[in-house]
Amino acid sequence: MSAVQATTAFDTVRTPDPANRPIKIHTASVKVTYGQKEALHGVSIDIPEKAVTAFIGPSGCGKSTFLRCINRMNDTIAGARVEGTIKLDDQDIYDPDLDVVELRARVGMVFQKPNPFPKSIFDNVAYGPRIHGLARSKADLEEIVVTSLQKASLFNEVKDRLSEPGTGLSGGQQQRLCIARAIAVSPEVILMDEPCSALDPIATAKVEELIDELRANFTIVIVTHSMQQAARVSQRTAFFHLGHLIEEGPTDHVFTNPLEQRTQDYITGRFG
Amino acid sequence: MEHTVSAYDDDLKAIARMVTEIGGLAERAVGDSVAALTRLDLALAQRVVAGDKELDRLQHEIEEKAILVIARRQPMANDLREIVGAMRIANDIERIGDLAKNIAKRVVAINGVFPNKQLITGVEHMCEIALQQLKRVLDAFASQDDQAAGAVRQRDDEIDALYTSLFRELLTYMMEDPRNLTFCIHLLFCAKNIERIGDHATNIAESVHYVVTGRSYEEERPKADASITSTISGS
Repeated sequence: MSAVQATTAFDTVRTPDPANRPIKIHTASVKVTYGQKEALHGVSIDIPEKAVTAFIGPSGCGKSTFLRCINRMNDTIAGARVEGTIKLDDQDIYDPDLDVVELRARVGMVFQKPNPFPKSIFDNVAYGPRIHGLARSKADLEEIVVTSLQKASLFNEVKDRLSEPGTGLSGGQQQRLCIARAIAVSPEVILMDEPCSALDPIATAKVEELIDELRANFTIVIVTHSMQQAARVSQRTAFFHLGHLIEEGPTDHVFTNPLEQRTQDYITGRFG
Repeated sequence: MEHTVSAYDDDLKAIARMVTEIGGLAERAVGDSVAALTRLDLALAQRVVAGDKELDRLQHEIEEKAILVIARRQPMANDLREIVGAMRIANDIERIGDLAKNIAKRVVAINGVFPNKQLITGVEHMCEIALQQLKRVLDAFASQDDQAAGAVRQRDDEIDALYTSLFRELLTYMMEDPRNLTFCIHLLFCAKNIERIGDHATNIAESVHYVVTGRSYEEERPKADASITSTISGS
């Protein structure tokens, strides 16, 4: 807790991981520009493996922009340019030779609003494994679908209606369906962009419980506007403000005793 | 900087104000109880005993208000520490009130017998320091002054040392004449109570340190109470 170093040019305040987990994603000096506007001014952070890292900060601070760099979702936005280094297990994900489709299979994503395909519950989950050729047989595919739904804590609620449309589920169930869809292709990293902001408290609690279970097998990065949620589900927290990474450290530390005044002002409800 | 929600600031200020209020009540109770002891003022002693109810009530009120703010606003970081600190400090102050009440009750028990003025002076002197400590630590909380709190914590051994010397004096006195026993034992308990009031002031200093810095003291607090190891032959 005591070793605090400012390592980047932007003086991000860092408190090292006391658990010393291996690094899954290494990023250095990541800048993102949309047209003429620089949205992210050089962010460097290491994301530990098999843990939940939360990105918090007021709207427009760059946290979602940064999240979307990690599976190159910004590629799909015209005029967006990403600079700097992002490495997944020492592999540069912006290497021109890298297959983006394969990258997105390794780095899955769950969005703010549940967005199931207009297909059956089964097909929603089977879609990824099918296009990536992960199942050798029909029985194989069925097993992937069932275990994914089980891992997403949804199977018991939908097991009798797998052929019904996914869009017919409740909001919370749809979000867990999207999580099942994301984990069906066995990703290593799951990015979540405000996964609970459209859900009621019970559905939120179920997704949070799920996130806690998933971190045994996946590296999770979550963007959330709910400070309480970040405090509950994550092991590390990173605070963004105006395109800078202000502070990152163990969640317990950041929420009880942040080192940066701006972090403290934000999490205690003094600006934002 | 103020909170975006101004009612939140009002809540926190209200808690801080109540802590100041209960602190003031405790200071007065301690001062009055020892004044009642030195002057053998029964009426004053009874007022101290009766006044303890108000301390208890305020402590409850602070706790309830703090719990309500936690439930309603989910405080974080320094806000959370301040609320938890206020609850802890109110707890210590309530205990200080109990100790003052205990001294006041003994004034009633000692009633009439008053063989040695010098021993009382020792208790009075302890009390002066304890009161200073209490006042300084409450000011430290009100102004969030970590250094002032640290100074209070460092000074507690002075009270401990006074207590040890008084303990030895009382032992000698009791050996001289068994008729002094009742008086001396009551006085010893009074001194012990004041020594513990000093300990509570130190606890409060530690709470202030936590509220301000988010950390606990790592080194042990200085201790000079040697009465535990004192024996008659050694005194």
